Amino acid sequence: MTSQDNMSEEHLPEAVGPHGGAVAVHDDPFADPGLPPHEPRRTDIDERAAARAERQVARWFILSMIATVGFIASYVAIKPSNGDGTTGVIYIFTLGHISALNFALGTTLGISLFGIGAGAVHWARTLMSDEEHIAERHPIESTPEVRAQVFADFRQGAAESGFGRRKLIRNTMIGAMAMLPLSAIVLFRDLGPLPEKKLDTTDWSAGKQLINMNTNEPLQPSDITVGSLTFAMPPGLNPDDPNADPTFQEVIATSALLLVRMEPSDIKDAKSASWGYDGILAFSKICTHVGCPISLYEQQTHHVLCPCHQSTFDLSDGGRVIFGPAGHPLPQLQITVNADGNLAAVRDFTQPVGPGFWERS
Amino acid sequence: MKKLSARRRHPLAALVVLLFALATTGGLYAAFAPTSSAQADTSQSLSVEQGKKLFQVGCSSCHGLSGEGTKDGPTLVGVGGAAVDFQVGTGRMPAQQPGPQIPSKKVIYSQAQIDQLAAYISTLGAGPSIPTANQYAAGNVAAGGELFRTNCAQCHNFAGSGGALSEGKYAPTLEGVSSKHIYEAMLTGPQNMPAFPDTTMPQQQKQDIIAFIQHTTNPSKNPNYGGLTLGSLGPVTEGLFGWIFALGALIGIAIWIAARTPKAKKS
Repeated sequence: MTSQDNMSEEHLPEAVGPHGGAVAVHDDPFADPGLPPHEPRRTDIDERAAARAERQVARWFILSMIATVGFIASYVAIKPSNGDGTTGVIYIFTLGHISALNFALGTTLGISLFGIGAGAVHWARTLMSDEEHIAERHPIESTPEVRAQVFADFRQGAAESGFGRRKLIRNTMIGAMAMLPLSAIVLFRDLGPLPEKKLDTTDWSAGKQLINMNTNEPLQPSDITVGSLTFAMPPGLNPDDPNADPTFQEVIATSALLLVRMEPSDIKDAKSASWGYDGILAFSKICTHVGCPISLYEQQTHHVLCPCHQSTFDLSDGGRVIFGPAGHPLPQLQITVNADGNLAAVRDFTQPVGPGFWERS
Repeated sequence: MKKLSARRRHPLAALVVLLFALATTGGLYAAFAPTSSAQADTSQSLSVEQGKKLFQVGCSSCHGLSGEGTKDGPTLVGVGGAAVDFQVGTGRMPAQQPGPQIPSKKVIYSQAQIDQLAAYISTLGAGPSIPTANQYAAGNVAAGGELFRTNCAQCHNFAGSGGALSEGKYAPTLEGVSSKHIYEAMLTGPQNMPAFPDTTMPQQQKQDIIAFIQHTTNPSKNPNYGGLTLGSLGPVTEGLFGWIFALGALIGIAIWIAARTPKAKKS
């Protein structure tokens, strides 16, 4: 008999009778009661009940087949709805006006999948054997002889290699292993350029005019009424055809502005008021939490709310965070009016826009 | 009379007297009170006069006797007729109670009365007047979609179904709002909604936005191709539906799969 034979027989589950081998010891109140006695189902003893269950299972599978045929048929027969919703649209109560094709495909595919599942479950519950068996686990630990042998082999190997005795070999090997990951770090470092100062600056600079995103025209102070909300961008962008200008998305992602006007007496922060023009304040549209565009502006409270995580900024108080997870006030762009009477930036934002990052103070 | 005085200590006597007193006061008031349903008048000065009367009865308790505003309501000097037509025409005004936001409800003034109120408020100070039908005629749907996503979708949601703002305020759904009221809302900025004046959003763009809203929120023009929209409110309702109904159904099926099969013999 080889050791392989020995192992496989040793790890076989212990044979246990169908009703559980353990017999309860009466003086132990917590004894394992074993499995309850097996009760036959009707289908186990009544051949007609079994035949009926078989037909029921078959009916589920046949329903699934019919639904699959229906799926293919509706895919071929039903025209997809057109864009303006004049054809191929049906009204289903609770769902509303929906595409007939989508509805037919979803319903038939759902029925055909459910039919297979329901048939399989019904089959298992009525006809497959429901007798429970116990298979005891063998102990995870190896036998004491095997363990002793493994320890002895390990010690012998360690002694023969001289790992403990020849310290020069050991130390140089540890050094070589520690050095090896440096090559990966060099490769990772070279995957792309460092961000440098990109995160600190935007497209705004001294003298750049504020362009209305709706009309693509420069804005004048008289255009912006108290309580209004306007979105502005730096000049030279074409929002009507963003694909024509590959830098459009990159610029707008950092330089989008939110322009509001309030009564100068409502502005609580003196520096913020002086950075605006006659109550017109220009704030970054990028939330300082994780950079969502924010413009849910409430003109009576002067609060602007971020839809992502409910950070709320008070634009009448220098963009201060009054609620939510944002860590920095909303950056304000200092604006003035140029010789043409148009609103223009005095300089770039004095702090990075958008979420915090590693080097941001 | 003797019978009546004999029953004065009856348990229901107090109730009868109370009902009689209420009916008498109410009846007398109805008979003698001045009728408030003013007739529409073509004369401008007369409609201002009528509007002033309506204002003093219905609005002055919060907005002040001459619309100067009190601590309960803002000044109406310079808000213009468009703001009046929006606030009263959508039932937001007169407000039922103070709160973070005044909701729209049943309109209680007739359009003629609203016009009179607007005429009166317009005399208090210059402001946007009620737009004419060709001002809010529907424009280009596709261009309106672009403008809607830039200017409106942040609060009113990509499908115009509205959304929550801070401290109990909310952006209402745009479904079923008339083109005139949408135009007036953009022009005047009611309550906490910012205004979008013609200087920053020209009239043509407002018409495009109106066309987009009327197209998008009309289910017969813009059907839900994917089926149940759950209000187009985004991940919150979708997640809630998934967790409660879909997961509930899966748990039910799992219980059915693991349930004990009926035995031939009752145990």
